[in-house]
Amino acid sequence: MEIPKQLIPLEDTPGEFVINVGPQHPSTHGVLHLRIKLDGEKILEIEPHLGYIHRGIEKISESLGYRQSIYLTSRMDYLSAHMNNQACSLLVEKGLQIEVPDRAKAIRILMVELQRLASHQLWWGSAGLDMGAVSPFFFAFREREQILEIFEETCGTRLTMNYITPGGVMNDLHPDFVKKVKALIKQFKVNIHEYDKLLTGNIIFQKRTQNVGFLPRDLAISLGASGPVARASGISCDIRKLHPYDGYEKLDFSEIVMDKGDSFTRYLVRIEEMKQSMHIIDQLIDNIPEGDYRARVKGIIRLPEGEYYQRVETARGELGVFVVSDGNKTPYRIKYRTPNFSNLGALQYIAKDSKIGDLVAIMATLDLIIPDIDR
Amino acid sequence: MILMIGFKDITLWIHQMLSGYLNPGWVVASEALLVGLAMILLVVIMAVAMIYMERKVAGFMQLRLGPMRVGLWGSMQAFADVLKLLLKECLTPNGADKLLFSLAPFVVLTVSFLALAPFSFAPGLQLWDLNIGVLYISAVSSIGVIGILMAGWSSNNKYSLLGGMRSGAQIVSYELSAGLSIIAIVIMCGSLSIHDIILSQSDGWWIFKGHLPAMFAFVVFVIASTAELNRAPFDLAEAEQELTAGFHTEYSGMQFAMFFLAEYTNMFIVSMVGTTVFLGGWMPFHIVGFEAFNHLMDYVPSFIWFFGKTFFILFLIMWFRWTFPRMRIDQLLKLEWKYLLPLSIINIVIAAFITIMGWHF
Repeated sequence: MEIPKQLIPLEDTPGEFVINVGPQHPSTHGVLHLRIKLDGEKILEIEPHLGYIHRGIEKISESLGYRQSIYLTSRMDYLSAHMNNQACSLLVEKGLQIEVPDRAKAIRILMVELQRLASHQLWWGSAGLDMGAVSPFFFAFREREQILEIFEETCGTRLTMNYITPGGVMNDLHPDFVKKVKALIKQFKVNIHEYDKLLTGNIIFQKRTQNVGFLPRDLAISLGASGPVARASGISCDIRKLHPYDGYEKLDFSEIVMDKGDSFTRYLVRIEEMKQSMHIIDQLIDNIPEGDYRARVKGIIRLPEGEYYQRVETARGELGVFVVSDGNKTPYRIKYRTPNFSNLGALQYIAKDSKIGDLVAIMATLDLIIPDIDR
Repeated sequence: MILMIGFKDITLWIHQMLSGYLNPGWVVASEALLVGLAMILLVVIMAVAMIYMERKVAGFMQLRLGPMRVGLWGSMQAFADVLKLLLKECLTPNGADKLLFSLAPFVVLTVSFLALAPFSFAPGLQLWDLNIGVLYISAVSSIGVIGILMAGWSSNNKYSLLGGMRSGAQIVSYELSAGLSIIAIVIMCGSLSIHDIILSQSDGWWIFKGHLPAMFAFVVFVIASTAELNRAPFDLAEAEQELTAGFHTEYSGMQFAMFFLAEYTNMFIVSMVGTTVFLGGWMPFHIVGFEAFNHLMDYVPSFIWFFGKTFFILFLIMWFRWTFPRMRIDQLLKLEWKYLLPLSIINIVIAAFITIMGWHF
């Protein structure tokens, strides 16, 4: 695979012109900046420019303790805040060899799967919005709002939860949690058919996404794509299955792998994942074990000298946390391998030679979260 | 007429009253002024009503209430927005072609007003009974694309340029099927005059009388006119998510409001054409054989019939907008040139055959 070295020039040439999509553009979902070379409506080249929301989270983390740096991870992929916290917590637990209570594990999985549902719902709404259908957005927010209310009751916040901590979770579940989650899942099992009616079955939507934005299997592997993007290209990469954590190995759920690799397949994978998440929640919601919600962990955490790596499956793919510890209370070096950064790499290959409208549709199905790319 | 005083009597009374005070030349001039003011008033009232309707329809389709704060049930919201737009500064971007940039909104709006002339809103309430009324409307409304191209070109913005070009390709294409679908009815009716077309539907609307070709023509007309209006699922020229706002990205204040007003006026015109040609204009709904029912229907004033049907088509167009995703430019042109246009031509042939054989009611 050839990596393009030539940057797109600023000037227009005869027959071709260059436009800037972003950093302030309605469909880049944040401050992503794309420079696009166009021939009429056809895209000749795409060049993503990053760094508009770079906050140096990795560098800041070097001067923060292991507990403190978890708070920053909620700000990376803000729609997968629970998963990001979980990855760091799991890493600390691995380093200190802490046994997490069963109750905490169950609560973690419930929260994480609810978060996955909420994230995919938001994605579904904004995917419709990117293709010009405004109504799906409101239908998606109907359910997402309920999930965020559940989070608010238990965790205290709606977006950056910081609920999962080393040793377990911050505090016990709210008394209404089980009741509300059950009502939510019961309702969503009915409402997900509305999703199909509004978008999946819509002929315009299908024509817009089918046979568009092919991501071949080998390209997906060499770009390091993960999550629904890679699974739509036929790569089995669900960390929950391959490297189970927090008791995913005891649960019955299936990994959604489809092999066509176009935008519509990526869409279908996420819709099916929502159903799997509901299935996981169904299994756990009645069987939350009694006991402690958090193991005892020392106030100041010092990881033993060495290198640690932990990965989890966020709503967008594989999040890896790599920590080099020199035995101090702060990490010597911390590195996040974020799913969106790798998935973004696919954009310039798969959106080439398509129309401007397709670019927006492809970006919608890649489901990019820009703060996760820049960190 | 059920109404004791028809609209014809009112216009006649105004004419006689003016003739009593002024000489004939001034009478014509003052009548033209009155009519112009009446049209502007009608368009503004309709635009405000449509904006309110659009927001409420969108709201109810999206599990929310729509505007609720300004006035009763948010009824004053549109007025508040117009006031806001009036107070805003009209910015001209650097490097823009200033003349074309300021001219474009006027071209678009003027064209919309021109197309209003031959409509008959109720018996006797017609500005100008042109013998080529339908042709005039479709001819005049196609000038509007020049204004959009001007706006796209003069803004010195690549997004606007793309939007303008898309719009040009789209409107020029879809005018064909919109025109051909009307021609199917014109063939059956035998006249291009709006008044004659409405009168020919006194025993039944063309959509019912004209068998399958008329129904097909109506469907094609609604699709093609939605595309001509640049509204979803054919709103590629604006395409908020792709081109930010397309040809009117750089416009602000009243210049933007004029584009907005023109869009809603065009919506109104298209719905009125659909009403006049397919749904019987101001003719009440009659079923042959049900005399009591027909008599009851006659009691509903004719302008209520007319605006009721117009708002029905408006609702259809709004329904599309808030349900469908947007099409891509190649799919849009494919739909027109590969499906709608050939089918419309076949439809005209069938309509002509039916007319020759005298099979329509």
